[in-house]
Amino acid sequence: MSIFVDNNTRLLVQGITGKEGRFHTQKCIEYGTNVVAGVTPGKGGQKMGNVPVFNTVKEAMKNTGANCSMIFVPPAFAADAILEAVESGIDLIVAITEGIPVMDMIKIKNYIKNTKSRLIGPNCPGIITPGQCKVGIMPGHIHKTGGPIGVVSRSGTLTYEVVNQLSLHGLGQTTCIGIGGDPINGTSFIDCLEAFEKDSDTEGIVMVGEIGGSAEEEAAEFIKKHVTKKVVGFIAGLTAPPGRRMGHAGAIISGSSGTARTKITAMKESGIYVCEDLGSFGEMCADLL
Amino acid sequence: MKIHEYQAKELFEKYTIPIPDGGIAFNSVEAQKIAGDIGDFPILIKSQIHAGGRGKGGGIKLANSFDEVASITESIIGSPLITHQTGPEGKIVKKVLVEKALKIEKELYLSIIPDRTTEKIAIIASEAGGMDIEELASITPEKIIKVYINPLLGIQPYHCRQAAFGLQLSPNLAKKFITILINLYRLFMDYDCALAEINPLAITADENIVALDAKVNFDDNALFRHKDILKYRDLDEEDPIEIEASKFNLNYIKLGGNVGNMVNGAGLAMATMDLIKLYGAEPANFLDVGGAANAEMVENGFRIILEDNKVKAILINIFGGILRCDMLAKGVVQAASKAGTKIPVVVRMEGTNVEEGRRILSESGLNFIVANDLKEAAQKVVRIINIHEHIC
Repeated sequence: MSIFVDNNTRLLVQGITGKEGRFHTQKCIEYGTNVVAGVTPGKGGQKMGNVPVFNTVKEAMKNTGANCSMIFVPPAFAADAILEAVESGIDLIVAITEGIPVMDMIKIKNYIKNTKSRLIGPNCPGIITPGQCKVGIMPGHIHKTGGPIGVVSRSGTLTYEVVNQLSLHGLGQTTCIGIGGDPINGTSFIDCLEAFEKDSDTEGIVMVGEIGGSAEEEAAEFIKKHVTKKVVGFIAGLTAPPGRRMGHAGAIISGSSGTARTKITAMKESGIYVCEDLGSFGEMCADLL
Repeated sequence: MKIHEYQAKELFEKYTIPIPDGGIAFNSVEAQKIAGDIGDFPILIKSQIHAGGRGKGGGIKLANSFDEVASITESIIGSPLITHQTGPEGKIVKKVLVEKALKIEKELYLSIIPDRTTEKIAIIASEAGGMDIEELASITPEKIIKVYINPLLGIQPYHCRQAAFGLQLSPNLAKKFITILINLYRLFMDYDCALAEINPLAITADENIVALDAKVNFDDNALFRHKDILKYRDLDEEDPIEIEASKFNLNYIKLGGNVGNMVNGAGLAMATMDLIKLYGAEPANFLDVGGAANAEMVENGFRIILEDNKVKAILINIFGGILRCDMLAKGVVQAASKAGTKIPVVVRMEGTNVEEGRRILSESGLNFIVANDLKEAAQKVVRIINIHEHIC
């Protein structure tokens, strides 16, 4: 089993005709993802390889039965693209776009709560269920099929590093999710932890966080109460200076809150195994999970 | 993006939020002219730098005569101001805000922020103003009022009542406060602010409410739709190397150690810095070349790292998802040969075309040390630093 995406995922790509959209759609198809449609306003009727392009999400869903959308639309238009997908009633939206204004995301979050759609991201690498379905920009080949580890992370390439070490140590993954590096994200650590806890194939969970906000602390609290599976954590940014935004919009220590040390402490207190040496992450997981 | 107090007050004026009479001065002559326009003493001379803690650092002074206005302005402008936010070298003051000093009855705190946890807009207020919010939270947490607004609904009268009554204001003052709050909220929403803060928000002896200070930060990701505030950006307040890096879409932050590093992706870049520290050395910088980095960006990144002359070794850590290792290697070789540097460079690459990338590096004839994984990379770069420190 897996969470959120699998063999039944029928993917549509918003922004499929852009440079990034085109490149990564191709990579997803090569991985085995069932890409059924693309959407670029004004380019309806065209084809990207074998994938039909539509003007609107609604039209694409009606014609192809798409149930998941991956978004590559530039930041200024991304909120509109996300809302279009939500209003069209799609199940899952994966927003890769980096640089969406915070206010747009707050509005989307307050709106999406009362709909059936789940949003992953933005500013994220996407989600992959190894061997079944890749919805995102992560390198597929580093993943190992069959589980038993579920991975959830705020980062992109740091997740690749972690996944690669897991695979090299013989630990496959059920599903790997990048929830994104923005201050407001569609799907939280807790949403993913809850899903992994319910997923019978997932035996252990890897959680990768970073400085800024309090999502890791809240997740730790949730784990203490509701997660019976072993969790190994990593937090990036022990050496990050306060008050500086470290690349990701959400990675900032404000005053004395959101530091790596407070997160690590909260996680350890909740029974999470925290790895502080990224060079030995895979080794530690192999011992524990 | 951050702006100065006087610029934030310009925005306040536009949104009819009361501020003291005053103006911006670049020298003592201008300062005296503004003092003359105000026509009443005492007058405040306020250093305009982006860092907080100006008052405690001696950057805000009271003048009781035209002579004092001139002498204080001259002593402040051109000198470094050191606060807890500037670092030990301080920040050179280039301009001062000259303002009428008001008779104050009470100081309040008011700010609006996007709240990550509740995913709402948060109004934060306290009747114990003047201190920074962290101090307020630790000394008088019971006096902090938080009101959360769903931006889809917007600010409602009951939100305003909650804040005003929470501050124990008289009906007359509550009315004035609510007008200010609504205007500040409009400003916040209109400009995609990351923070709009008035601290202190003063109740004056004549029963008015006036914004004595003003702090407004903007969401960098939303600047594309607010071209009119780009004119407020003050490059003097930013690190020249960081400005240079931003021209090439590189994310660079100077840290002070001697191991330069270049990484693709912000999370991995932070984790690489942490690893350098864990293995016993100090990272010199944060440098994220981004997922879509190309050879040119790597070349620029290399040049930027080398502008910091403390750097004694460089660690390049690239986990190529999108990035091709052969392209990266070419960029690194090009950059190193152009820079003509003898500084050793440890390179760890993973991803597409990795063998080709490693071959390009090892056949370049330059001072590259190839590492096969992250652990080895950190160990190698720290060993180089230790040898260096042993020799020097």
